[in-house]
Amino acid sequence: MIKLPLYGDAASGAARLETRLPDAKPLYDRGEAITEAERCLYCHDAPCVKACPTEIDVPTFIKKIASDNVLGAARTIMSQNVLGYSCARVCPVEVLCVGACVYTDWHREPIQIGKLQRYATEAALAREESGKGRVFTARARGPHTRRVALVGAGPASLACAAALALEGHEAVVFERKALPGGLNSTGVAPYKLHLSDSLREIEYVRSLGVDIELGAELGEGTSASTLLDSFDAVFLGLGLGADSKLGIEGEDGPGVLGATAFIEKLKLEEGFTLGALSRAIVVGGGNTALDVARELAQLGVASVTMVYRRSASQMSGYAHELHLARSEGVALIDEAVPLAVVRGERGEVQALRVRRPDGEIELACDGIFLAIGQSKLRAVASQFAGVALDGRGCVLVDPTTRRTGNARVYAGGDCVNGGREVVNAVADGREAAREMMRVWALETRS
Amino acid sequence: MADLSIDMCGIKSPNPFWLASAPPSNGGEQVMRAFDAGWGGVVWKTIGAPVVNVSSRFGALDYAGRKVAGFTNIELISDRSVEVNLREITAVKKRYPNNALVVSLMVETREQWRDLIRRVEDTGADGLELNFGCPHGMCERGMGSTVGQEPALLQEITSWAKEFAKTPVLVKLTPNVSDILDPGVAAVRGGADGLSLINTIKSIIGVDLDSLVPLPRVGGQSTNGGYCGPAVKPIALHMVGALARDPRTQVPLSGIGGISNWRDAAEFIALGCTSVQVCTAVMHYGYRIVEDMIEGLSNYLDDKGMKSVAELRGRAVPQFREWGELNLNYNVVAKIDASKCIGCQLCYTACLDGAHQCIHVSERPCHAWHGEPDHAQNARLEANAAVLHQHTGATHVRVPVIDERECIGCNLCALVCPVDGCIEMVEVPTDKPYESWNDRVSRG
Repeated sequence: MIKLPLYGDAASGAARLETRLPDAKPLYDRGEAITEAERCLYCHDAPCVKACPTEIDVPTFIKKIASDNVLGAARTIMSQNVLGYSCARVCPVEVLCVGACVYTDWHREPIQIGKLQRYATEAALAREESGKGRVFTARARGPHTRRVALVGAGPASLACAAALALEGHEAVVFERKALPGGLNSTGVAPYKLHLSDSLREIEYVRSLGVDIELGAELGEGTSASTLLDSFDAVFLGLGLGADSKLGIEGEDGPGVLGATAFIEKLKLEEGFTLGALSRAIVVGGGNTALDVARELAQLGVASVTMVYRRSASQMSGYAHELHLARSEGVALIDEAVPLAVVRGERGEVQALRVRRPDGEIELACDGIFLAIGQSKLRAVASQFAGVALDGRGCVLVDPTTRRTGNARVYAGGDCVNGGREVVNAVADGREAAREMMRVWALETRS
Repeated sequence: MADLSIDMCGIKSPNPFWLASAPPSNGGEQVMRAFDAGWGGVVWKTIGAPVVNVSSRFGALDYAGRKVAGFTNIELISDRSVEVNLREITAVKKRYPNNALVVSLMVETREQWRDLIRRVEDTGADGLELNFGCPHGMCERGMGSTVGQEPALLQEITSWAKEFAKTPVLVKLTPNVSDILDPGVAAVRGGADGLSLINTIKSIIGVDLDSLVPLPRVGGQSTNGGYCGPAVKPIALHMVGALARDPRTQVPLSGIGGISNWRDAAEFIALGCTSVQVCTAVMHYGYRIVEDMIEGLSNYLDDKGMKSVAELRGRAVPQFREWGELNLNYNVVAKIDASKCIGCQLCYTACLDGAHQCIHVSERPCHAWHGEPDHAQNARLEANAAVLHQHTGATHVRVPVIDERECIGCNLCALVCPVDGCIEMVEVPTDKPYESWNDRVSRG
């Protein structure tokens, strides 16, 4: 087990439910990795690179794996995406790099880029942990060093902080929770990434010189103005807030749980169990809904049904994830609008009443999970003068620079895009860091 | 169905596929299984001087995820006694009278050659193969390739063997020479009835980068071995072809070197071989591969309307010419079938960096020279504006464009293209006559 000095045994607790869900895509061994890497055609101007939000030079790192230059492969990956390890495991590669592989059009099995990326980055992290050598050496701090505060310790902030630290800048991340990592630690489906894996990667980010302050809620001791006073720039990687509610009768009470709250319990809470849950309903049609449904099915819940208000073809969740969910026994009822949670005499959940095109029906169940989105954390962003929100509550930034209306405040990740992939958050954080450093270089020159 | 039987300088075989003198032909039990599997003949693993072998003794070159593209060994000749080998040869020949059984020999003195040849011929074996090729171990003792590299010595020992032998004598040549014609001519002058080639190439298959010991390892050390397998086929084909077209070496040839399937065999036969010998492919996959070799060669001959394998023999030899005889006025250009292109653009990169900058992708400005064909390296220095090559027709945006005016027809793009039949080299019609370099030189 990896030693995680910050968080004690949080990552090792075998009593956490997520530890019962093994990797869906196990780590390649050397032979498997080289064999797969040798299949890569090494395209010129490769489509897989263009499909990656962080533009990892995929053919280059794959060729390095083929030649057994695993450290070099990790450098190629992590120079573009410092969270290349978690992205290798959580990215929907089917719609990104792997989906763009020229083999796909040729009706051949595309290269397993995610598994190869995991192979290289996991080896690099192991090398770091064993003290055998660094993937990258951070530039020493000196007169050029600037100070940046980052709010929220999710992927966007971590990517921004790491990029700054590597160039010798001081990056301090403020996280209100007891664990860093944002959704990488609390929200990613366990069969993709376990908490211990997320923390392992964060240890690497910390080792670059990034400071992470946990339990640091903005407004309690640290305010927007104190951050702006004591730091050269601020990055907002706020993520999203609590699970949204349906606003229907019977919703409040035991047996109805928000999706991200449930996943967080699954991943973090010692001793959390599903109890006698045997018929679960997951409301929603996005990827979080699919994650929850698959997790419940994999944990042995006898009946798992997704309920979606529109037609299946309009679901925002990925088709490949729906396919996997169905193969695990998850049922889907589409065009079903929830009307009320039906409860028994003791307040226990008995059914979800829905309206379908042919009338109202009650779907018997003993647990309901709501995956219909998350609220926006408007209050935090609004504390910074000049930072504006759009109609949905997302922070407005310049799409190239990731700068907000306040010249010293940048933002990225879910709080800007409303909830996309880890890799999009990483791209935001990295670009914000590059823009900060570009601006500082110009200031120094003038 | 075409007749596959052959007569190799008097040695008859139901098909041209023989096991080479090597580990697969080490003993009677193996050889009988090989004959049962369909092999037409066997060259029994070399017997003669007493030896002791080391451990380990084989190594392989893997390439791009494929195992054993090349192979090496530091094994010596048979380490079983001559008596045991002769007893087994006698028994096998009795049970398999219709298969060719040739015995490979290696000894030192004239007396040893006389004694061994007489004892071997007493077994009923069909012929002898003199091992003048082994490039490791035995050569340090003055045998094997040491003989093969010294034409006068080779000729003398061959003439001893011919003096003592009643059965046909094949001489197995080493490729570790500057010109294969030197030992080839010497062997024929010594009276050889046929030539077998190539033996293995002196080599180091690799170095273990952890221990820094070359491969294969014998404890903390290694030595040079004999290289063979698919990767050596082009070298063997050239040497076979060189002997086949030289008037001084017009004896039956037994081709050896990287033959793994019927296609390889057909190429050797087309370049003049009567029989072919196989080792590495059998060491990799077993005797069973001969089924496909027989069937594939037979089907090929049928498709080509050839009644026997003899009709294929040497058919490519007249087309194997000196460079100076080639037609300078022949030209081909590359054509991409856009419907097959998968957009990997490997042809673009290969042509840009490895050839003549004639392939373009439409997405980026091209700075190559676009005037009259001019492949000078300083084209970039010319004041030519970047050109955006546009596709004609509604093709996949990643399909590259070939500028046929600039294409010099080198084949590189077609060679690197992963899609079968996507890039073809198409002949450019010309009204210019056949004209070779030699023609120009002789015209002055």
